[in-house]
Amino acid sequence: MCLGIPAKVVQIDNFSQGKVDYLGTLVRSNFSLLEKVNVGDWVILHAGFAITRLDEEEAKETLGLLREMAKTGLP
Amino acid sequence: MNEYRDKKVIAALLKDIQTKARALSLPVRLMEVCGTHTMTIHKSGLKTMLEEAGVEMTSGPGCPVCITPNEIHEAALDLLTGRENLILATFGDMTRVPTRRGSLQTAVPAANSLMKIVYSPDESIDMAVRNPEKEVIFFGVGFETTIPAVALTARKASSLALRNYSILSALWVIPPPLRALVESGKLKISGFLYPGHVSVIIGQKPYLFLAEDYGIAGSITGFEPADICLAISSILDQLIQGKPAVSIEYSRAVRPEGNPLAMSLMEEVLEPKDAFWRGLGLIPRSGLKLRTRYSAFDAEIKYGLKIKGGSGDLPGCRCGEVLRGIISPPDCPLFGKKCSPDSPHGPCMVSYEGACLIHFKYRVK
Repeated sequence: MCLGIPAKVVQIDNFSQGKVDYLGTLVRSNFSLLEKVNVGDWVILHAGFAITRLDEEEAKETLGLLREMAKTGLP
Repeated sequence: MNEYRDKKVIAALLKDIQTKARALSLPVRLMEVCGTHTMTIHKSGLKTMLEEAGVEMTSGPGCPVCITPNEIHEAALDLLTGRENLILATFGDMTRVPTRRGSLQTAVPAANSLMKIVYSPDESIDMAVRNPEKEVIFFGVGFETTIPAVALTARKASSLALRNYSILSALWVIPPPLRALVESGKLKISGFLYPGHVSVIIGQKPYLFLAEDYGIAGSITGFEPADICLAISSILDQLIQGKPAVSIEYSRAVRPEGNPLAMSLMEEVLEPKDAFWRGLGLIPRSGLKLRTRYSAFDAEIKYGLKIKGGSGDLPGCRCGEVLRGIISPPDCPLFGKKCSPDSPHGPCMVSYEGACLIHFKYRVK
C-alpha cells in the first residue's frame, strides 16, 4: 500500500495535474502535495499523487558511496 | 539505481553488518515496520543473508489492509450488498480480505450497485461527477503515505459540492501502535526500520520518543536492498555506541521535517480518534476521521453506520499475532495449508505487503 515509484515529471498544468514518465510509460499524476515541482524533476508517485521530490544531490552522494563499495568491496 | 542492488555492494554491506553484529554480545532482532520493506527483504534474499550475518528481522504492523479490522470490512460489505444504486470504490487488496460473510469480490451487490477498483482516490471523484444518479463511496485505507491524498479528495468533493460522494475511512497513523507494541513488553527487539514513504510525509520527529523515552534504535530507509543494509548498519552503530536515535538513510526522498504541505492538509481535513487495529486492539489517537466541517462526506455519518469496536480475526487465523511480531507466518497452523494466496483465510495472506503472502511467495522450499 505504501509502495511508491520514482518517476520523472514530463508535464504539469495550472491545476497541479500532469504526467510522469515511469520506465517509459506516461502516468497521470496529481502534484497538489508538492510546493515546488518542475518538468524534469524526479518524484515519488503514490496512489496517483506525487508525495515528494527526489533530492539529486543526496541521491548522487549515496550513489557515489555505493559505487566506491562496488569497486573496493569495502563498506 | 543498479548500485542499490549490486551484488558486490550488498556483500560489502553484509560483511560490515556481520562485524558490527559480532561486536554486540546480544542477539540482534529488528522489526521492519513497513510491509514494503518486508517485500524487499524477502524478495532479494536478504532475510537469510542477514540471519547468517547475525541479524534477525521480524515483520511489523505496516500493512494498512492487514491491520484494518474485519468490522470495517463488514461495514463496506453491508453497504455494497444492502444499498441500491451505489458504487463502492477502493484499492484492489481491500476487495479480497475474507470476513465471515465473504469478501467484496465474492459479495453479490444490491441492484444497480457495483464495486470498482481504483488506483488513485482521484478516480472516485471522477466517478461521482460522471454518475450523478449513483452514490459513490470511496473505501479509503492507508497510512500517512496515502492519507494526504484522501484528505485532498475530501476537500475536492467539498469544493465541487458533490452530494453523491462520501468516504468510508480506514486511516491509520504509525507512531501510536509502535508505542503500544513497545509498551506491551512482549516485543523483544532492539531497533525499528521505519517506513520510508510514511516518513516522506511525517519526517523524523514523530519517532524520536522511541529513542528518547524507550531507548530503541532506529533508521528511516528506502526500499532497495542497499537502503535496508545501510539502515541496519546505522542501527548497529547506534547500539554499539549506546546512543539510540532516528537516523535517515533515505535522504534522497525524506527530509527531517517531512512534507509540511501534506501535513497541514491532513491537519485541516482530519482529526485523530481512538481506533481498533487488528491484533493490537484499541490504540489511543491511532486513527483519523474527517473533521466536522467535512462530515457531509463521512460515510459513517451519512449512512448511520454502526461499526462495532473490535479487532478479531476469523476462527483459527493468527494474523493478529503476526502483526504484533509475536509469531512468524509459518508458525500459524493454517499457513500454506488452509490459508494460501489463492484462498486466503486472513488479510496478511491477501495484501502484497502482507507478511504471510510474502513468506509464502519467497519461502525457502
